[in-house]
Amino acid sequence: MMILNASGCLDALTAPTIARSLDAFVTKTVTPLPREGNAPPRIAEVEHGMLNSIGLANPGIDRFLSHTLPRLGELGVQVWVSVGGFATADYADLCDRLDDRPEVAVIELNVSCPNVDDVPASVGEIVGAARAATRKPLYTKLSPATADIAEVALAAQKAGTDGLSMVNTILGLALDGRTLRPCLSRGAGGLSGPALKPIALAAVYACYAATGLPIVGMGGITSGRDALEFVAAGAPSVALGTILFSDPTAPGRIRVELANEIGQLGVGELDNVIGLAHAKPPGPSEISSRTAAVSG
Amino acid sequence: MQRAQVEVTGSEQVGPYTLLHVARGGLDPGIPGQFFMLEAPGRPLPRPMSLCLAPPGELAFLIDAIGSGTRALCALQPGDELAILGPLGNGYRLDVERPLLVGGGIGVAPLPYLSESLGRPPAVLGFRSEGHAEAARLVPNAEVVIEPTYVTAAIPAGHDVLACGPEPMLAAVALLEPGAQLAWEAPMACGYGACYGCAVELDGELKRLCVEGPVLPAEAIAA
Repeated sequence: MMILNASGCLDALTAPTIARSLDAFVTKTVTPLPREGNAPPRIAEVEHGMLNSIGLANPGIDRFLSHTLPRLGELGVQVWVSVGGFATADYADLCDRLDDRPEVAVIELNVSCPNVDDVPASVGEIVGAARAATRKPLYTKLSPATADIAEVALAAQKAGTDGLSMVNTILGLALDGRTLRPCLSRGAGGLSGPALKPIALAAVYACYAATGLPIVGMGGITSGRDALEFVAAGAPSVALGTILFSDPTAPGRIRVELANEIGQLGVGELDNVIGLAHAKPPGPSEISSRTAAVSG
Repeated sequence: MQRAQVEVTGSEQVGPYTLLHVARGGLDPGIPGQFFMLEAPGRPLPRPMSLCLAPPGELAFLIDAIGSGTRALCALQPGDELAILGPLGNGYRLDVERPLLVGGGIGVAPLPYLSESLGRPPAVLGFRSEGHAEAARLVPNAEVVIEPTYVTAAIPAGHDVLACGPEPMLAAVALLEPGAQLAWEAPMACGYGACYGCAVELDGELKRLCVEGPVLPAEAIAA
């Protein structure tokens, strides 16, 4: 079980203590060229969540490799690098350049940012090109905005992804209370926070059943109970996003809460919860007899 | 920065604004112009507030109830609890020879603590109405102007200006006093550099106000 941050929701160099409270730090998405991001305003609170249209602001791969990555490597926390491109070849190039860097534990392929206009090629193509370019473990970050997410996950699996990160934000719109114009300069933005949780859980549930791949589950996790539900849906690891903005101590708190939840559930170790939501509904005495079996 | 769960110790009306007192909870009050993220009850995101006063054992924030989060904060009662995170960002440089504090509207919020730290220097405060101008009582040695008179009409020459207020006021002060220190604001989800929401154009690039500011030299920002 690992607790990570969702890509783009923490700057480890600005907040190293918070990064070290995670089991792994996931970078903001790195693109081939520097990107300034979208014009402000680029965040807005909504009921039960927030919208962002940051737009993949990042220094670009050259500067990331020369300046950012060496410093991340000194933090003492496992580093996952999120990469994003605008063509299949971009992903291959980015993975190729990260391949021999010892600081990088995992590469996460962001094939699903809702805040850029260029929609890249199919997920299968991208994962296949990335797979050919690196020996590093690959996690593919999926969008919930698709008719059949299990089909996308299967395509990623066939193309060689080692795991899935899910879900990315989903497009939402907020209008200013007085002017009725969009709150964000870009118009719509990515919805995150508790409003995203049921959507994310459904995606994890479907992809676990379809692929059996390791999943980092994310989308509106604010408590140990939320994390437990993601584990039960099939994600052995979870990532925190919006909750880090309001509570940077959330990783430690959620780790404790999750342990308490598992203790109360009486199923023994966390491993026994992974995918539990897929089991046939327990009879009235099944949970307690399973506990007896585990402890016996 | 530290995060603490603190108790509300008082809430008083200052004109249309609310001065919210909370227990200090072991938090450092920081440098004037720095800010704290206050949990807004019932809302997904906290709200950035500069520290207004640092009475012994307390922190106090001047809040204008203009939206759902600030309304929730202004409705807090003594005994209620909330989480606060801070101090955050960069405050005012206090190594100035002839300080003059300039504030507009709710932008007077950081000036009482700043005034105390600088030995109660002169201040010029602008408000949109007599009612709003009641907040001037929190700032010693203040000259008050009411719209349609603006603070820029009342800033004497030869001072080191430290200002906070609405963007048009800060832009006008920057033109008049290029050496001024200005405290800006921007929508912010986290306050500690994680969300990239508070981007402002600085030296021709979009940068995070919570990391680079909120207090900046007048020449740094294109208003």
